[in-house]
Amino acid sequence: MKHLFAVYLLIMALVTYLLRAVPFMVFRRKVRNRFFRSFLYYIPYTVLAAMTFPAVLYATKSPVPAALGTATALFLAYRGKGMVLVSLSACAVALLSGFLIP
Amino acid sequence: MSRGKEYMEGFRNGIPIALGYYFVSFTFGIVGSKNGLLWWETVLISMTNLTSAGQFAGVLIIAAQGSYLEMAVSQFVINLRYSLMGISLSQNTDENFGTGSRAVLGFGITDEIFGVAANRKKPVSRIFFLGLMTLPYFGWTLGTLMGAVLGDIMNESLSDAMGLAIYGMFIAIIVPKVKQERHTLLIVLLAVAISCLLYYVPWFSSLSGGYAAVICAVAASLAGAFFFPVKSPEEQEAAA
Repeated sequence: MKHLFAVYLLIMALVTYLLRAVPFMVFRRKVRNRFFRSFLYYIPYTVLAAMTFPAVLYATKSPVPAALGTATALFLAYRGKGMVLVSLSACAVALLSGFLIP
Repeated sequence: MSRGKEYMEGFRNGIPIALGYYFVSFTFGIVGSKNGLLWWETVLISMTNLTSAGQFAGVLIIAAQGSYLEMAVSQFVINLRYSLMGISLSQNTDENFGTGSRAVLGFGITDEIFGVAANRKKPVSRIFFLGLMTLPYFGWTLGTLMGAVLGDIMNESLSDAMGLAIYGMFIAIIVPKVKQERHTLLIVLLAVAISCLLYYVPWFSSLSGGYAAVICAVAASLAGAFFFPVKSPEEQEAAA
């Protein structure tokens, strides 16, 4: 039996929405427990870092352009540049080095 | 602050996110059309999901005609981090952010929107959050549409390089924070080390990317809470 696009769409949207909204609606009080509060403090940064490394190195066919793009992003972010400049510079460096380095 | 000002402050904070989303969702549009989806199907996924990694994984499952259960499990695992973000965001919302607003605006919890909201010094109001998610939603939808329509005629090295856009956004959120706080830097490096371990050690490498990210984040954050517990806002004020 062929699977229906509409059912796939419904599953994706519903699972993703419930994961976002339910804990946000249920956990209303400030967390007093210092351990749990500290745990939540680190979550955004550890999630994003784990999603970025090492996956970013495989965003382009050869790892060299991706590595140069990543280094550019790290440098510009360290220098306090904004999200768009950091992101687009990484893409531009990866693109250009992809042409120069086979 | 008036509601209009509050909304506009969120709206302005959403501009860089929306630009980044435009490019990331452009690549998603390309992936959708390359995997045989119609342009409006790809756009509908973006409008109802508003998430990067989960959507990319979902399109691959659709293309492979995977089971509905596989779809549900993959979305659950990849997007589980939003639950942690929702709880974390709850720590920094103001008292008017009620259940109804949470049910509607919770849809807008993404990595970047959460990142900006969680970094805000003042408590996050629902008006600010609505302003913050407005432009990113349109950027995500429009980028998907453009990618789905134009992707076929685009050069492959260009679309590959644009794949770095989302990681650039992540880096722009992480680096300023770890530059200020040495303990956060150590915990982030630990998360990266675990992530590399899961990626390169053959026994672990069958884990999907979404599952691996959750394991790394939970393990590293537990270590952070154990070794470097953070002070509550009241304690920080008392120390200052």
